[in-house]
Amino acid sequence: MSAAAGSHFWGPVFALWQRDMVRFLRQKNRIIGALGAPLVFWVLIGSGVGPGFRLPGWPADMTYLAYFFPGTVVLILLFTAVFSTISVIEDRREGFLQGVLVAPVAPEAIVLGKLLGGTTLAVGQALLFCLAAPLAGVPLDAAVLARLLPALFVVGFALTGLGFLVAWPLESTQVFPAIMNVLIMPLWLLSGALFPAAADSWMRYAVAVNPVAYGTAAVRRAFYGDGAALGLVPGYGLALSVSVVFAAVMFALCVWMVRRRRGTV
Amino acid sequence: MTGHPVETDRLRRVFGARVALDNVTFAVREGEVFGLLGPNGGGKTTLFRILSTMLAPSGGAARICGHDVEREAAAVRSCLGVVFQSPSLDPHLTVAENLRYGGHLYGLRGAPLEARMRETAEALRVADRWSERVKTLSGGLQRRVEIAKSLLPRPRVLLMDEPSTGLDPVARVDLWSIIEQLRAESAMTVVLTTHLMEEAARCDRAAILHQGKLLACDTPEALCGMIGADVLTLTGREPERLAGRLQAEFGWAASVQDGTVRVEVPRAHEQVARIVEAFPGEILAVTAGRPTLEDVFVHLTGERLGGPLLETAGGRRKRR
Repeated sequence: MSAAAGSHFWGPVFALWQRDMVRFLRQKNRIIGALGAPLVFWVLIGSGVGPGFRLPGWPADMTYLAYFFPGTVVLILLFTAVFSTISVIEDRREGFLQGVLVAPVAPEAIVLGKLLGGTTLAVGQALLFCLAAPLAGVPLDAAVLARLLPALFVVGFALTGLGFLVAWPLESTQVFPAIMNVLIMPLWLLSGALFPAAADSWMRYAVAVNPVAYGTAAVRRAFYGDGAALGLVPGYGLALSVSVVFAAVMFALCVWMVRRRRGTV
Repeated sequence: MTGHPVETDRLRRVFGARVALDNVTFAVREGEVFGLLGPNGGGKTTLFRILSTMLAPSGGAARICGHDVEREAAAVRSCLGVVFQSPSLDPHLTVAENLRYGGHLYGLRGAPLEARMRETAEALRVADRWSERVKTLSGGLQRRVEIAKSLLPRPRVLLMDEPSTGLDPVARVDLWSIIEQLRAESAMTVVLTTHLMEEAARCDRAAILHQGKLLACDTPEALCGMIGADVLTLTGREPERLAGRLQAEFGWAASVQDGTVRVEVPRAHEQVARIVEAFPGEILAVTAGRPTLEDVFVHLTGERLGGPLLETAGGRRKRR
């Protein structure tokens, strides 16, 4: 079922998106929270590994700070996207959501509005961090940006969808961090963000089936292009395509969830 | 039974083994203020949630503006304004932003939306709070903004769930002046739930819900007329004994609720002196009067609707 007769679509999508922007700007500590933690991770973990870092099959001059850079970008996407969907729980608790649910709004519009809101915030913060790429010796030029923007958007959208899916059925924000740690962080840890999977390890297979790994790969390839030798990291086209499928599946699951649970709030 | 803005037909809803609504049938007329009266747990909220498309019925049907709430939910939502017990406003946004985003959800936008926002805010006397954040407003003002938001799309039917809950007495009077204004100036149909007799008495018609059943549905006057007598309420030192003696000596069916004795008798005022003389020293107070909706409720259920609900500091309700 697409937008049912009598339902509105783009007006509500825009309203839900814009409302998330306004709320975000009024709660400035969220900016620090989403950008600060990954930045600290990057500096502390990245510097700690030091100059002895060498990977067979990777450029010899790549420092760990540079290796970890795309993974940190994905972590920022993950933190912002997933935490922005906490607003779904707040909306439910504060009552705003019930007003949306009784309005003539298609479930697709509710999901799209919320996911675009989270995606915008995630991409914005990730881009802000990407300005630091030259400091780590990671290339950043027009060609990189042209590859980077679609990758950030698609991966951000998929991860916001993942957060939405977790947040929608929850009544309180208290269990959310636990779900984050148990369910969502492992997806990132097994994405090749912190270290690449060795060719002969079990982790290689985990990475191969982990959709977030393709997100990390898409961001990594966006920086280095398909020409660079980056171990087992798949090419940009494959990584982005898998991420698009991941995003589409997340969107479909969110719509299904809203339709199924609309009546029970 | 078509053409009514709101109608239900043998509506049922069960939660596991519990029957929350049991074959509820009623129809609301165009332009009427209709009250759903009952104690908490009587089925009002379940009914409200079904009518507002938040909950599916287990059986029977409910129609709003001729559309089935379950199969044609989008059409129902288009002609419905909903005022929730806990406001559906975003506390971090201003009054204007809440109205604007509320309007967008109903497909309104641009200059027509802004004009309508102004007009509605003025009608509900919140225009002077235009740029204030909702979380800084009092409960009464928030309720007014909430009503303004639900009126923006100019719904044919306005559903209100316990609209006076959480409001102080002044805000309650204010709320009812708004409802009266809607009744006088628009053809909108208003359906509200309440556990307060005095609110139901102000409706054009009221339905009494108890344990999921619709016991009666009529104008407040006609409901009170169901008791073909007056009502005497007595406070005594030993209510049970007093009730027994009233039964034995006068032949009246007396009942005791919450320490007071209640009897339905014709021409009650003429009986007061007789009773007080018959039981010297046993009666502390006597009230004789025309039946109220509270009496109707007792008459129908054998129970009191419940004492007044107290608002505690935390906003939670407690029964006295």
